[in-house]
Amino acid sequence: MKIPGLPRITGWHPIATTLILAGAMAAFARFNYGLGATTNLSDEFPWGLWIGFDFLGIGLAASGFTIVAAVNLFHAKEYEPIVRPAILTAFIGYLLVVLVLIIDLGRPDHFWHPLVMWNPHSVMCEISWCLMLYTTVLSLEFAPIVLEKLNIVSPIKWIHAVSLPLMIFGVLLSTLHQSSFGSLYLIVPNRLHPLWYTPLLPVLFFISCIASGISMVILESLIFARGGRDLLPTPLRANLAKIIAVALAVYSVVRVQDLLTRGAWHELTTLTYYSLAFYAELLIGFVLPFAMLLLERVRTSRLGLYAATLLVVVGFAFNRMNTAITGLEHYPTQTYFPSLIEVFITLGITAVGFSAFSFIVKYLPIFEPVVAGPRPRKEVVTGRPEPIFIAREGGDLESR
Amino acid sequence: MSQKKAMLIDLTLCVGCNACQSACKEENRLPPNEEKHLSLTAYTALDKYNDLYVRRLCQHCDVPTCVSVCPVGALSKTEAGPVAYDAEKCIGCRYCLQACPFHVPKYEWSSTKPRIQKCKFCAPRLARGLPPACAEACPTGATLFGDREELLIEAARRIDAEPAKFVHRIYGKDDVGGTSMFYLSPVPFEQLGFDSRMGKTPMPMLTMSALSKVPNVLSVGGVLLGGVWWITNRRAKVQAFEASQKKDPTCPPEDKP
Repeated sequence: MKIPGLPRITGWHPIATTLILAGAMAAFARFNYGLGATTNLSDEFPWGLWIGFDFLGIGLAASGFTIVAAVNLFHAKEYEPIVRPAILTAFIGYLLVVLVLIIDLGRPDHFWHPLVMWNPHSVMCEISWCLMLYTTVLSLEFAPIVLEKLNIVSPIKWIHAVSLPLMIFGVLLSTLHQSSFGSLYLIVPNRLHPLWYTPLLPVLFFISCIASGISMVILESLIFARGGRDLLPTPLRANLAKIIAVALAVYSVVRVQDLLTRGAWHELTTLTYYSLAFYAELLIGFVLPFAMLLLERVRTSRLGLYAATLLVVVGFAFNRMNTAITGLEHYPTQTYFPSLIEVFITLGITAVGFSAFSFIVKYLPIFEPVVAGPRPRKEVVTGRPEPIFIAREGGDLESR
Repeated sequence: MSQKKAMLIDLTLCVGCNACQSACKEENRLPPNEEKHLSLTAYTALDKYNDLYVRRLCQHCDVPTCVSVCPVGALSKTEAGPVAYDAEKCIGCRYCLQACPFHVPKYEWSSTKPRIQKCKFCAPRLARGLPPACAEACPTGATLFGDREELLIEAARRIDAEPAKFVHRIYGKDDVGGTSMFYLSPVPFEQLGFDSRMGKTPMPMLTMSALSKVPNVLSVGGVLLGGVWWITNRRAKVQAFEASQKKDPTCPPEDKP
């Protein structure tokens, strides 16, 4: 089946190279001339595009914990083929976010300070700890793939010995910091526009990251399906789509109900800069894809699913950028638009992410294409007596 | 120093002579030009509203928002009252700029090793038993330095003595949980650029309502996920066992969600 409009991963080498080079030059300028000369950040607008990128990166990398939880904790073993791509996405996503955070810091040379100087009252402190710990968890979840390739077996056993607590810990850490990115803004009720400021920010951030994370997995599987590596049979993809629909519905209900109880819906009765941004976000990213995903026809069609999950991701980006930028602007007197250098660094780092993904996919055993139809609960049928929970990496080794 | 220090700023007495800013600049070795807004080189500035001058400066809150948000504890509330800043700890995340309800901290954007700058409440002078430079320089007594409790009594006394002259509110007494800068004004504070949306609860409480749930998420979530794994794992085991025994299952096979 030919799907028009899907980006071709392999055809973009020149673009990626250009973006990465431009980004590297921009980063060089940022470190040499300081933030003031190279960004449009100011005392009134101390956080900008990069914080928005962090939100986005972390949210889209939420696939890591949702899929790991579904497969290894909830035993939805039929989704095993996407565990590795999901972990890889998350791992790259988190590394990039940490990189952007360090570029964003005024004193990158002090980036290690949160390790030794604690402030338990600071959401930022909690986030840095969660990021560090979860990136460690992800690297341990990812390590077996590399070790397997290098044929070094003994450390894999060690990692498997702790894999269950490790996975649980990873899921908990994700739950915490996914929501904590929302908590960052709890302290600015006087600055953030009422359409976005709510005590429920952490809850809303968490629900929406589930939708966006799974959307990313579906998008990936659709894109790679073009290259003949179909990771997920259509019915399973449709099931994932159902989960997205549920998350979108829950999110929309909570969001609207919150607007009603706080009285912030008044802001929506007139068309303003803010209400337009809000409508764009909620309609494009939540209501429209929800309506689409209700239809069986969309869930089982590649093109339909591609469109719907892309909308979720775009709407998610809208939501995070609105929270991080639009909601803090005082239109029209005080607005923020990123500088070229901010944009180039962001694009360059995004290009690094995509390139790393396609590079790793080429050399490490990430994909195990579905050969013919679903392979549901093979373990159960063959009656292998024990270690079903053990992450699939172990299973692979045993069978080899 | 046992007593918490504070300043009482009586807007009815301020004549806008800017002596506070000049003294501040001299004390902190800043360029002596007159400035209208807080900046890297002006830790205090006079905001003009018709014929009233409002002194802006760090409020040195009792439960400071900046101190609570700083991930590395570069900002701290000292016992004597000043909110102190340690540039050696600062990582430059700028959360304090984002969070300060009074828009006080200013950032050295043009530096490659940037710090924040703000009023220091002349902590070194206080340690020597001296009043802050601005309070010492004020010729009209519009800025009065003293013990926090005594200044609150003095402020209440002034309102009682001339109830027609003041709005009956000491700004800073309990706003955002109380500050070290008290303001007396003849007109409602909302007309003077004071943010009316901030209540009496310290801002850090807003964050704590979420952060306090972290231990619960970890413990309850951990047990819950462990339990889920135990159940699903056992279910799979039982199914595998039954399949291997080739017996009729006693209960119908469960469907995966």
